[in-house]
Amino acid sequence: MESAHGKVFKYGDNVDTDVIIPARYLNTSKPEELAVHCMEDIDSSFVEKVQKGDIIVAGKNFGCGSSREHAPIAIRAAGVKCVIAENFARIFYRNAINIGLAIVECPEASKEISAGDTVSVDFSSGIITDETTGRKFKGQTFPPFMQKIIDAGGLVNYINESRE
Amino acid sequence: MGMTMTQKILAAHAGLESVEAGQLIEADLDMVLGNDITSPVAIHEMDKFEKKGIFDREKIALVPDHFVPNRDIKSAENCKCVREFAKQNGIVNYFEVGEMGIEHALLPEKGLVKPGDAVIGADSHTCTYGALGAFSTGVGSTDMAAGMATGKAWFKVPSAVCFRLSGKFAPRVSGKDLILHIIGMIGVDGARYQSMEFTGEGVAALSMDDRFTVSNMAIEAGAKNGIFPVDGQTEEYVRTHAPEGSTGSPVYRKYEADPDAPYTAVYDIDLAKVTPTVAFPHLPENARTFDDIPDIAIDQVVIGSCTNGRISDLRSAASILKGRRVAKGVRCIVIPATQKIWMQAMDEGLFKTFIEAGAVVSTPTCGPCLGGYMGVLASGEKCVSTTNRNFVGRMGAIDSEIYLASPATAAASAVEGRIADPRRY
Ligand code: SF4
Repeated sequence: MESAHGKVFKYGDNVDTDVIIPARYLNTSKPEELAVHCMEDIDSSFVEKVQKGDIIVAGKNFGCGSSREHAPIAIRAAGVKCVIAENFARIFYRNAINIGLAIVECPEASKEISAGDTVSVDFSSGIITDETTGRKFKGQTFPPFMQKIIDAGGLVNYINESRE
Repeated sequence: MGMTMTQKILAAHAGLESVEAGQLIEADLDMVLGNDITSPVAIHEMDKFEKKGIFDREKIALVPDHFVPNRDIKSAENCKCVREFAKQNGIVNYFEVGEMGIEHALLPEKGLVKPGDAVIGADSHTCTYGALGAFSTGVGSTDMAAGMATGKAWFKVPSAVCFRLSGKFAPRVSGKDLILHIIGMIGVDGARYQSMEFTGEGVAALSMDDRFTVSNMAIEAGAKNGIFPVDGQTEEYVRTHAPEGSTGSPVYRKYEADPDAPYTAVYDIDLAKVTPTVAFPHLPENARTFDDIPDIAIDQVVIGSCTNGRISDLRSAASILKGRRVAKGVRCIVIPATQKIWMQAMDEGLFKTFIEAGAVVSTPTCGPCLGGYMGVLASGEKCVSTTNRNFVGRMGAIDSEIYLASPATAAASAVEGRIADPRRY
């Protein structure tokens, strides 16, 4: 099973899909075009600073608002490997699983991890390690059905496999 | 243990006797919906399925409405992609400019959703059809693609919050005020991952249009769906909105929550106590009533959207604008949600009222609701809008401000040039 290792970008509660990828850019669905505007309205320097493999840590209800799959697509295309939050809005949660963006719910990590920390996440155990502070947290793992979708690399592959 | 109304619909569509909160199920779908923004992503995903084709050409609805009539070349390409997909697959419910409307006003109007149905749509406000006693919820484009290919979707069965309604609204108070009041009370994640179920004798006092508005904004409290019981008004609505060309009476199923249905919370709301409510920037939960609203001058008013672009919304706004003028320096944009509503408003003379008042009337489109076009805000501008989201940058510049309100409050605000109490009219 995969893991993530990167630097943290930190945001607050209720980060909505309109700030993750503003609607004015929704006339395209190309990942690389969306990535350029990711988080633009909440953090204009995000796109410049983010490096491949980095991690977003946020508060509660991450991804609330519209159903646009463009939001997790933009985050992934910007290079982010994993989003950790206290909890996620339901459509974003579904979409992330369906497209294979790693997400972890962990209220403690969401509070204790600071911007700029280096963090690693082990997806099979849900263990999150803040390497800057040395602290460890236990995030929630997925129920088996969802884990199967993730392992298959998303919903489309899962359906292809289960229809064989 | 008993089941909630939502749980009963889900159990029936999963072929199960009963279900309980938290259970993962696969449900058969009665309708799969997409628009011009979400469908192209789903259509590209469709290519990746090994087994080609769609599950049922009558159970998919494609409604280009967000950037339609085409805003720019890229939007035009998106619409073309949807149009061609609909044609290739013989999709019956594709709605071109000239017959379209904002999807969540259009589907009920065309009789494409019935009580007891299970519906997914690649648009978060798909929860609107809960007003008809259907289970409907927003999903992403990959779910839409899977739905179009297989006719099924996976769900985690939600628990539910119950809202027991009593009494009836005072004049100039409507469904929008009720739902803003509720979101103000429970917060934008107050019903996260849950159903909102509305019950009680107060339901009868809500018009169908009020119910559509309330269910529409369930997502704004984080809910999976917001559902109303099926009563005489619902059945009358379904009878008078049968699909084109259908004969005989429509077939549908009425589900009721069990008396011992489990609710994680129950709220009692007296409709008579709800007063005009405005959600301040930048979250729908920042609800305030007029005892707590300072003097705020505005630049624009938008009356429309899947939340409040229906005929009773337009009538309500017109009743205030009649014989009055939109304040100098304020732009007032009225957008009927569908062609049919447009025609009705025209026949009733509402456009004369709007235009004499100095408002403009647009063809149906989502347009300004998501900062697309037809009313984008400049930096620092303030807008009173009957739409459903006031997030940062939603209607334009990131430092513009959106105040969510009812059509009556929006119209009163247009007249006064500041956020205004509609009860004065
Ligand atoms: S009117 Fe606004 S909220 Fe409704 S479907 Fe269109 S963009 Fe979405």
